[in-house]
Amino acid sequence: MKEIKTYFASPMAYIVSASYLAITGFFFVASVSDAFSEATIRGYLAGATFFMIFMSPAITMRLIAEEQKLGTLELLLTSPVKEVEVVVGKFLASLVTVIIMIIFSLYFVVLLYIFGDPDSGPLFNGIFGLLLYSSATLAIGLFASSLSPNQIVGLIVGSGILTSLTIIDFISDRVTGVGSDILSFLQLGASFSVFDLGSLGVAESGHFADFSRGVFSLVDVVFYLSVTIVFLLLTIVILESRRWR
Amino acid sequence: MIRVEHFYKNYGPYPAVIDVSFEVLKGEIVGFLGPNGAGKTTTMRSITGYLPPTSGNITVSGYDSVKYSLEARRHIGYLPETVPLYLDMTVTDYLSFMGKIRGMNQKWINERINKVIDHVRLGDYRNTHVGKLSKGYRQRTGIAQAILHEPDVLIMDEPTIGIDPIQVVETRELISELGESHTLLISSHILPEVSAICPRVLVISDGRIVADDKPANLSNRLSGTERIEVGISGSKIDSIISILRKIDSVIDVRSDSRAEQIDQGKKENFLPIIVDAKTNENATENIAKSIVDNGWGLRNLTPLPMTLEEIFLQLTQDK
Repeated sequence: MKEIKTYFASPMAYIVSASYLAITGFFFVASVSDAFSEATIRGYLAGATFFMIFMSPAITMRLIAEEQKLGTLELLLTSPVKEVEVVVGKFLASLVTVIIMIIFSLYFVVLLYIFGDPDSGPLFNGIFGLLLYSSATLAIGLFASSLSPNQIVGLIVGSGILTSLTIIDFISDRVTGVGSDILSFLQLGASFSVFDLGSLGVAESGHFADFSRGVFSLVDVVFYLSVTIVFLLLTIVILESRRWR
Repeated sequence: MIRVEHFYKNYGPYPAVIDVSFEVLKGEIVGFLGPNGAGKTTTMRSITGYLPPTSGNITVSGYDSVKYSLEARRHIGYLPETVPLYLDMTVTDYLSFMGKIRGMNQKWINERINKVIDHVRLGDYRNTHVGKLSKGYRQRTGIAQAILHEPDVLIMDEPTIGIDPIQVVETRELISELGESHTLLISSHILPEVSAICPRVLVISDGRIVADDKPANLSNRLSGTERIEVGISGSKIDSIISILRKIDSVIDVRSDSRAEQIDQGKKENFLPIIVDAKTNENATENIAKSIVDNGWGLRNLTPLPMTLEEIFLQLTQDK
């Protein structure tokens, strides 16, 4: 696929993946280096989900924005290819890029098995959850990229949406009743307890919480898949909207 | 090959194209002429399936551009006005990617890439990054992508805009060659350009087709008058003008406004006089004769091309 090739042909991918490894590595080390600490990857997951807020839009920002700027979008959309195929293709390309980064970071897991005796359940569940979480954030990033020919707009809008969905529990804690439930249901991932380096647990709220605790929750799987699909559909709608203008 | 029937396109409340109908037959090369904003690009985008018509039907190779859009697109090679290139790919990679999204198989792609690169004379640059190519070569890469999948119909939006004169000539030759094996629709806002390549010209103005004719007929129709610039010395400007006015085929004579300004206070006129005359009545010869008979000096005698605005003004007034 064109996109993956261009990612690794440009320095962007290396910068993003290096900082991903550095930041998640920091959280991982911080979480396991205490005396009597647990052999878990929860620190890694905390870092990863947090960093994804900026990384996903950085990966996806150029995908559609650049096509608009170069005029190649017109070429794509006058080729015998449907909008759906364009959007899904680009989404998959970005997902593969993220998966490659996650695979690189799995040496954490190897280290855990060498030096400790981790509980495999939460570990694989956590990584599975991270994949779902990534796909949701990438879909949001891709949507943001379709809004403007300017990549920076895509980056800022994408990070903005992700940040709002992450800190939404600040708001939901302060309202009551159904509103609170709805808002806290929308919470995408880690709560900002990741900043609280003392406790360094991820996300005691939000859809990511169960994954990092090792609980496989169908509701959360469906939630992430729905977010992915909804934002991919919105992206398609944006591409098709030229027809109504 | 291309059939457009009662095509309307509105952008919001603003109509961009109004009741346009025409047909381009197999093997024809048709020029699509109009000033900027006349609706050329809009019409082309609708033919290629990028923008659906507000109303009316467009078919390409028998496929409706809306209902059977994908099938119609397969038969079209399209070169938009801004050449769509991925700047960080090499020419070969770019062409191979274009082949893939058009559903060509690898063997066919490889075969065609070599042929197409030879055809547009890009051989020395096949492994160069597109971003490093000059504008003319980018244009060729754009043409190469348009003909890669052997489409029946080629649509090119302003293919010679913004490249230097030598490359314009080369591009024109290339387009003429392509016309031998494709049905072609080319847009332009330059009349001589279109008449050089196309045996048939559609003129569009303010979203309407105002003429559909051979370039020769078109210029006859246009030039009930021709315009000649004359530079004469040896007499006062006013007396020159009054004598020139008496020549039979001459309709109107006036001095160039610039000339009047500079000429004030001078006895002689070196500056251009503009003569409007009827065509095909040897106006130029008559003017030259008159100059000689009066013993003036002739500095220059130049036919002036009409500006596009004047052409459209005439065509729309005719109707």
